[in-house]
Amino acid sequence: MNNPVYGRPRLVMVGNGMAGMRAVEELLAMAPGHYDITVFGDEPHPNYNRILLSPVLAREMAFEDTILNDRAWYHAHGITLHAGQAVTRIDRARRLVHAADGTVERYDRLLLALGSTPYVPAISGAQLDGVMTYRTIEDVRAMQALPAGARAVVIGGGLLGLEAAYGLLTQGAKVTVVHRNPWLLDRQMDRVGADLLQRSLIARGLCLCLGAETEAITGDGHVQGLRLKDGRTLDADLVVFAVGIRPRTALARAAGLHCDRGIVVDDTLQTFDPRIYAVGECVQHRGLTYGLVAPLFEQAKVAANHLAQYGRLRYTGSLASTKLKVTGVGLFSAGDFTGGAGCEEVSLLDAAGGVYKKVVIRDHKLAGILLYGDTALGPWLFQLLRTGQDVSALRDHLLFGETTGDVRHGGGRAIDHMPEAAEICGCNGINKGTIVHAIRTRGLFTVDDVRRCTKASASCGSCTGLVEQILASTLGGLYEATARKRSLCACTDLTHDEIRDAIVTRKLLSVRAVFATLEWKAAGGCPTCRPAVNYYVRCAWPAEAIDDPQARLVNERVHANIQKDATYSVIPRLYGGVTTPAELKRIAEVAERYQVPMVKITGGQRIDLLGVKKQDLPAIWADLGMPSGHAYGKALRTCKSCVGTEFCRFGTQDSTHLAITLEKRLERMWSPHKVKLAASGCPRNCAESTIKDFGVIGVDSGWEIYVGGNGGMKLRAGDLLSKVASEDEVVELAEAFMQLYRKEAYYLERTAPWIERVGLDHIKAMTVENSESRKQLAAELRHALSHEEDPWAAALSGHITIHAQPLRVAEMTI
Amino acid sequence: MSVPENTVWKEVATLADIPALGGRVVATEGGEIALLRNERDEVYALDNRCPHKGGPLAEGTVSGDTVYCPLHNWRIDLKHGQARDPDVGCVRTWPVRLEGERVFVRLPE
Ligand code: SRM
Ligand SMILES: Cc1cc2nc3c(=O)[nH]c(=O)nc-3n(C[C@H](O)[C@H](O)[C@H](O)COP(=O)(O)OP(=O)(O)OC[C@H]3O[C@@H](n4cnc5c(N)ncnc54)[C@H](O)[C@@H]3O)c2cc1C
Ligand code: SF4
Ligand code: FES
Repeated sequence: MNNPVYGRPRLVMVGNGMAGMRAVEELLAMAPGHYDITVFGDEPHPNYNRILLSPVLAREMAFEDTILNDRAWYHAHGITLHAGQAVTRIDRARRLVHAADGTVERYDRLLLALGSTPYVPAISGAQLDGVMTYRTIEDVRAMQALPAGARAVVIGGGLLGLEAAYGLLTQGAKVTVVHRNPWLLDRQMDRVGADLLQRSLIARGLCLCLGAETEAITGDGHVQGLRLKDGRTLDADLVVFAVGIRPRTALARAAGLHCDRGIVVDDTLQTFDPRIYAVGECVQHRGLTYGLVAPLFEQAKVAANHLAQYGRLRYTGSLASTKLKVTGVGLFSAGDFTGGAGCEEVSLLDAAGGVYKKVVIRDHKLAGILLYGDTALGPWLFQLLRTGQDVSALRDHLLFGETTGDVRHGGGRAIDHMPEAAEICGCNGINKGTIVHAIRTRGLFTVDDVRRCTKASASCGSCTGLVEQILASTLGGLYEATARKRSLCACTDLTHDEIRDAIVTRKLLSVRAVFATLEWKAAGGCPTCRPAVNYYVRCAWPAEAIDDPQARLVNERVHANIQKDATYSVIPRLYGGVTTPAELKRIAEVAERYQVPMVKITGGQRIDLLGVKKQDLPAIWADLGMPSGHAYGKALRTCKSCVGTEFCRFGTQDSTHLAITLEKRLERMWSPHKVKLAASGCPRNCAESTIKDFGVIGVDSGWEIYVGGNGGMKLRAGDLLSKVASEDEVVELAEAFMQLYRKEAYYLERTAPWIERVGLDHIKAMTVENSESRKQLAAELRHALSHEEDPWAAALSGHITIHAQPLRVAEMTI
Repeated sequence: MSVPENTVWKEVATLADIPALGGRVVATEGGEIALLRNERDEVYALDNRCPHKGGPLAEGTVSGDTVYCPLHNWRIDLKHGQARDPDVGCVRTWPVRLEGERVFVRLPE
């Protein structure tokens, strides 16, 4: 798509707001320099955090602190910003956008992120001076100009209306909220919760007019009051409409793009014109529009991925939770909390204490959450809701948190009990594990550090308290001790995580590309970073990565294990440790033919030919005609088996069959460290499944699965991951577990220390509780394995070379 | 490095025979020699025996002026064959000359 006349392809983005600029940021991280970027925004400011207008209105924050990207940022990233410029027309045939002041820009790709406009109903008086909506910083300034003691009416008792009302109240205005429904926040609260909220708001001086509809706004030039349908009248110097928003579609509609309620996009955020993408409140995806940033940020990520031409991500819709940003009022709500037929409700009401908690359960799963007064359980419950976990066993303590009987004094403890996968920052989709991980590996010790590195708490800020608790519980008192970050090796200052991030987001496909892009200090690296980076590259981009044989250490380059005397060992694959007389004969003949000094049965139930000369390796592999056993690699080693139901009088399951299946499904898998499996047919556990990276034990009703066991230097018994009924389920879980390990563990970290580091909860959440993520991980592994060849076969067919023969001195001398 | 007596330049390889950042073995009458090539395409020739326990240096990891032995990771200076601190020991090195793609090593007659 490189344009010979104009140089790099041109991306024009219209709408300098939260979703559009997030997409641009994601794009810059993924594919820096891919586009020449131009941004139009009709607000005269650089991009600011709209969510924080409420704290600005309440004078809890300065506008300057809400700027997300200042002008210097645009400049530094080579982005042309037309601030204060509305785009008035898109010419799709010529690929031009026209702005109000006559500016014309050409595009190769266009991204629309137009946001929405506040809805103003057609009632008389709506056009009077002093009647306004609440969307921009200018609106905030107008509200702040209201003299103390003035009378303000907010029409609409939703989240936005209440935040406006609270802000006006802090100005010293006399504020009335007019709301059509009998209770406030009817889309976030039931009547019981709303009662508590209303009492607290009235105590703060707010007047409420509930079940009331506005008939007309009165005044002569400037607003003076308003008349309700029931005949009541209210005096007003200012009226704020907060009754909903409408996606901004006019520009797209006029250009002939298909629009319904919003601009219609597919799962890649593409509109009906393949050159035009759209994100944010202006879009309609699978029939839905969104008005909260979390889903919009997800959209931004996907759109950026496609603009970067990676084509890897899909947006399939979002489930969002909401919070109210009124200081001193805690509200968390998600899903369908109204209940009704076929639902059960579990609730707790402490009217005097101002606490109300309720969950709605449908088909044994959480369907809705409403927390008022004490919202500490929000992240945990939301996690249960999103993963669709069966909560029958948790019913007793759903409203008290994960630990039964524990009185949850102080948030510090609550955070400790939260699983790694619990979402902390809803806006940016950041879970506890990610934050803890960032704190540990990047040496963070302030909320600002966490914001910068993870984006947690960087948007609406309502999770700041939780982030502080995580900092406290992760660091303890030892701020200084953890401030130092651990780099991969002396060749770089970057950590494993930073390097992996860069490989994924910047699509680095080779060790060389990583060293060059990330400015390695030693141009050639060292034996620590070369194999690690080579693995990370191949793990991230299985189809495209360029493997570097010289980045592998000797064993993985020669595909045999080097011995003390520079000979090698050859261990062919014997699936599940099962062989045949014919195969044994062939192995024996090969051992004789090449005078192999020792033939040994290994600890992993395989046959080892030891003491082989490098020159003989290819011939031995060819004569054996068996695949590599990978006994030399950071790779899938063996799956040990026991006899099982086939012959054993105690067997409850066919463990030999399962072992063979597992080994076949996972063979050729490279991993951060070696991976060993075992399958036993009954709890006597003859294959020692509980000290394997992934071990399975047959029981009458199915299979128990243990992970993170180790029989090596530091003995560790595996943790029970799950129990499943069928062989197929074992295989899928094995694939998902392996892929998660491959993606998350540091190079040379075996499953045991990895699980100790990230926690079993995290692994359960990703592979057991969430079936979608399990399937996704398993599919990723299958995709990766489809690109792996048997290394011995590859060497024999010339696809890889092991330089088996030495060079000879030429006759000629000079 | 002093030029050993009774030696002549012998052609042993082309540059392409030696993987960048890696090595190849040359079989000579006097024993195996490791040809090692770094990221600047400089080529060095050392005896293919680590001063520690005889590890094959041609299978090691090359970077800058160093080869790391494949057996126990000792670091050997490519120019002088000295083991780097904290290890001690030395391996014999041989003069190398590049003529375009052709690699010559000065070896015993
Ligand atoms: C061949 C074998 C011994 C045998 O003759 O039975 C063996 C041989 C070696 N093991 Fe092992 N291990 C062998 C089974 C085991 C087992 C038992 C098992 O797999 O059931 C264990 C404990 C189980 C475990 O890993 O949890 C084992 C734990 C280790 C460890 C410690 C790993 C750890 O995480 O604690 C190492 C060191 C390492 O990998 O860094 C190691 C490393 C080695 C190396 C590769 C050392 C090396 O780098 O040269 C040995 C190669 C010897 C050689 O000259 O070829 N070997 N090693 C076994 C091959 C198994 C197979 O069939 O593939
Ligand atoms: C006061 C307030 C509080 C909020 N609080 C929360 C909260 O706590 N949590 C939450 O998740 N969400 C909250 N929201 C909602 C959130 O701010 C929006 O969902 C989000 O900003 C939408 O992002 P967007 O990029 O789609 O639209 P916007 O951020 O509105 O950006 C669109 C931009 O495009 C510009 N534009 C439109 N048409 C053109 C054109 N033709 N030419 C040039 N420029 C154009 C607009 O002027 C605007 O600047 C709040 C909103 C408000 C107003
Ligand atoms: S225990 Fe393993 S590593 Fe140690 S000598 Fe035996 S085979 Fe080698
Ligand atoms: S033999 Fe080279 S480091 Fe031990």
